[in-house]
Amino acid sequence: MRDPRPPVGVPVPRVDGVAKVTGAAKYAVDVAVDNMLHAAVVRADRAHAWIRGFGRDEALARPGCVAVITGEDVAARLYPRFGHIIPDHPILAIDRVRYYGEPIALVLAETPAQAADAAQLVRVQYEDLPSVMDASAALDPDAPLLHPEPYDLTGSALAAAVPGGPLTREGPAEADITRTNVAHEATVGWGDVDAALDTAYLVVETTTDYPMLYAYAMEPYNALAEFRDGLLDVTTSAQHPFMVQRDLARVFDLPLSKVRVRVPFVGGGYGSKSYTKIEPLTAVGAWFAERPVKLVLDVESAIYTTRTDSAHISVRTGFTEDGRIVARDFDVTLDTGAYADNSPLVLDKAINRCFGPYRIPHLRVRGRAVYTNTSPASSYRGFGAFQGNLAGETNVDQAAQQLGIDPVALRRLNLVDQGETFIRGRRPMDAQLAEDLDILAERVGALDATPAPDGKLRARGVGCSASDAGAIPTSTAQVRVLADGSVLLLTGSSELGQGSRTVLTQIASAELGVDMSCISVLGSDTFGSSFERTTGASRTTTLVGLAVQRACEDAVRRLRDIVAEVCDVSADDVTVGDGEFRVGDVALSFGDAISRWFGSGGGEITGLGVVRRAGDLTQLPPFWEIGMVGVALAIDPETGVVDVERLVTVGDVGFAINPHGVEGQDLGAATQGLGGALFEELHYDGPQIVNANVVEYRVPRITDRPHEIDAVLVERRDGPGPYGAKGAGEGALNPIGSAVASAVARATGVWPDRLPLTPERVWRLLNQQRPS
Amino acid sequence: MKQTIRTTVNDQQVEIAITSRTLLAEALRENLGLTGTKLSCGMQVCGVCTVLVDGQPVSSCTYLAIDADGRTVETVEGLAVDGQLHPLQQAFIDTFGLQCGFCTPGFLMTAKALLDENPSPSTHEIEEHLEGNLCRCTGYESIVKAVELAAARTSQGPRDA
Repeated sequence: MRDPRPPVGVPVPRVDGVAKVTGAAKYAVDVAVDNMLHAAVVRADRAHAWIRGFGRDEALARPGCVAVITGEDVAARLYPRFGHIIPDHPILAIDRVRYYGEPIALVLAETPAQAADAAQLVRVQYEDLPSVMDASAALDPDAPLLHPEPYDLTGSALAAAVPGGPLTREGPAEADITRTNVAHEATVGWGDVDAALDTAYLVVETTTDYPMLYAYAMEPYNALAEFRDGLLDVTTSAQHPFMVQRDLARVFDLPLSKVRVRVPFVGGGYGSKSYTKIEPLTAVGAWFAERPVKLVLDVESAIYTTRTDSAHISVRTGFTEDGRIVARDFDVTLDTGAYADNSPLVLDKAINRCFGPYRIPHLRVRGRAVYTNTSPASSYRGFGAFQGNLAGETNVDQAAQQLGIDPVALRRLNLVDQGETFIRGRRPMDAQLAEDLDILAERVGALDATPAPDGKLRARGVGCSASDAGAIPTSTAQVRVLADGSVLLLTGSSELGQGSRTVLTQIASAELGVDMSCISVLGSDTFGSSFERTTGASRTTTLVGLAVQRACEDAVRRLRDIVAEVCDVSADDVTVGDGEFRVGDVALSFGDAISRWFGSGGGEITGLGVVRRAGDLTQLPPFWEIGMVGVALAIDPETGVVDVERLVTVGDVGFAINPHGVEGQDLGAATQGLGGALFEELHYDGPQIVNANVVEYRVPRITDRPHEIDAVLVERRDGPGPYGAKGAGEGALNPIGSAVASAVARATGVWPDRLPLTPERVWRLLNQQRPS
Repeated sequence: MKQTIRTTVNDQQVEIAITSRTLLAEALRENLGLTGTKLSCGMQVCGVCTVLVDGQPVSSCTYLAIDADGRTVETVEGLAVDGQLHPLQQAFIDTFGLQCGFCTPGFLMTAKALLDENPSPSTHEIEEHLEGNLCRCTGYESIVKAVELAAARTSQGPRDA
């Protein structure tokens, strides 16, 4: 492992800071081209219905309206669906709608106002079908089936489980979606859970519900698509341009080399912009109209594009008298909405993350993702961890109460050690969890509820989590050393605000000895960037960072070779310095080397770095992302309002390339966690969401922030990334819900079983009524 | 029906062709190419579209362009003068008061209106004034610190909260 040197480890200013504070930074929504048409989406106003016909004439008669496109139009000429795991998602509904808000027609006009006006005049004839608005209705044997036709699973499809045998983690099971509404099933476990629970000293049972959330990336989904010279060119606000490229290539039957997906700055992602969303819809418009098409969604239609998986999770845990876990038995049901999107993967992760980083001799986790006639659910920050953590960690706190053991001590007793395998077949724990917990506990202080003269109820809660993060370790990077020795860094990472461009520039600067001011990182672009599988799963610093390091090594090696050739010495006689080489007394800068070798007129040398699932990265996950949080709450007993007086986060990150960047990510993650814990919930009433706007869907505001924030970074250099780095950005969200719930339980004497803990719900707990 | 308004935008007199339904945000972004002002919630509660009209913060997503006729408008593009960043802009960089940056222009304009009127605000005054601006990335702490830092650098310093 290389030793870090500046600028890594230094909280240098963001490389995109000036662009963003001057308004010069371009997001996809800011991009326009000449001759552009504007699109508006006609959306279904039924939860489940056959489409029997359309009336387009009134819309087409409106000034400026150029086209009205339906799913039948698309299906007649193109591959009409997308979906990177199950391609179940029609670009436009074809024969039926499966959720209120589903896109059913695309209207194109010369201006956005004309498109919106015309869209209101598209007439639709429906024949209603019975609908299932929650998972239990969808699982009823008589429930209508949302997907009675099979789909060919894509390459990301999952291996079949071993049928009939003991519940071992061979891989998730393929669900038969043509006979039930189960989109995906997954199990993990070992040992004999039933026998262990039968003989346990104490069995504690907990059931929790985590609501549907909306990620609320403040830049709404938008895309600009154009066909030009046989090429499809799409600019979009997306996290994974290379994954979007794949879906688009399939829709239009184009080779990847004829599909360009560009991502400038992204105004927030948080997992909600993972994989394909409205790009095929926009591109279909451009294809039919033979003109560029721009589509920009608003908040309501964004909520009807992607929400998060809600979860109903039950757990039974068996303990010995002194508090050791002997068995955990989880049942996980995710409501994935009308289309699978990323939810099968969310389920795969949820089953690994719900039982916590504990030593568990007997484990059984059974999970299912269920189709319902609601907005499609997909990934969000935490990715299945926070839903399961609510159940698993409040269960541990309840056990502590029943056993009469301190909740921190109970956790400490059961946390796995560094180097210990706690999920069979997975990388052993790479972090020192007990030490992290000690730091957390010391900063949080005693958890018990204390009376206070101001009449408020005060109590604290802690939570911990470990996530199999990093996704798949596939990443490439290119370092182009230009004729004057300055550097272009090509990466397919998307800058979502997490600071990827800054961190990767810091790494390249340290590795090459070239000042950051001489390095440019280009926006991700499937044409110009180097292949990057995904931006998410807290993987960029660790895995893309490694690719950048390797690309720098490769560039230096190539440059050293040409110096040797130019100076007619062997490569061993060439020593490498900062941005330069030495041969004896002679110094040659990178630029000197290039111009000597190419001759006058310039040239360049490119280094390539490749990371893939081999060597040290064969075993998954590439690293464990740790969550260790604590909250101190003050509750007003008359109103139920919860005030967060203190927030403690411990970021076990291996090495912080940019410490301020990591702290910002931890606080941002924890704040979203507090949103889910205290404020946020999408409500369905009949077929539709009643609070699909940011007034009634309440996200944290400036006045909600904790009075004191204690963000700790722990750097033990124990990760696989550059200088021992590991990923961050989601860990601080995952245990917030359970930490808040446990604190509320300590204060009120009643265990909450659902979030968010709004004032009404807290008041009801205090007054011994069941929360609504 | 098409109309023309005459407005001063970032100290420049401009004529903009609009219709009666054109929003100020649209006029700025589409007609003048000033895309620094953003759109998000569309119902004046998130603050990303904040610009100053005659020195007052307005939500340009619900403010009609025609109402800006004869008035002065300031956007984020007008904050830096001769390539020199405004103290607020520099402070947001220095405190890491931004991540994705989409909310940043709105925060800058709202904060500028605050500091123009109250050069040494308390923390409480900063929170109250900025409560109408949402941020989904930062958790707000570094934003409050940025406004405090800008105030400290340009005046006697912030009063105690």
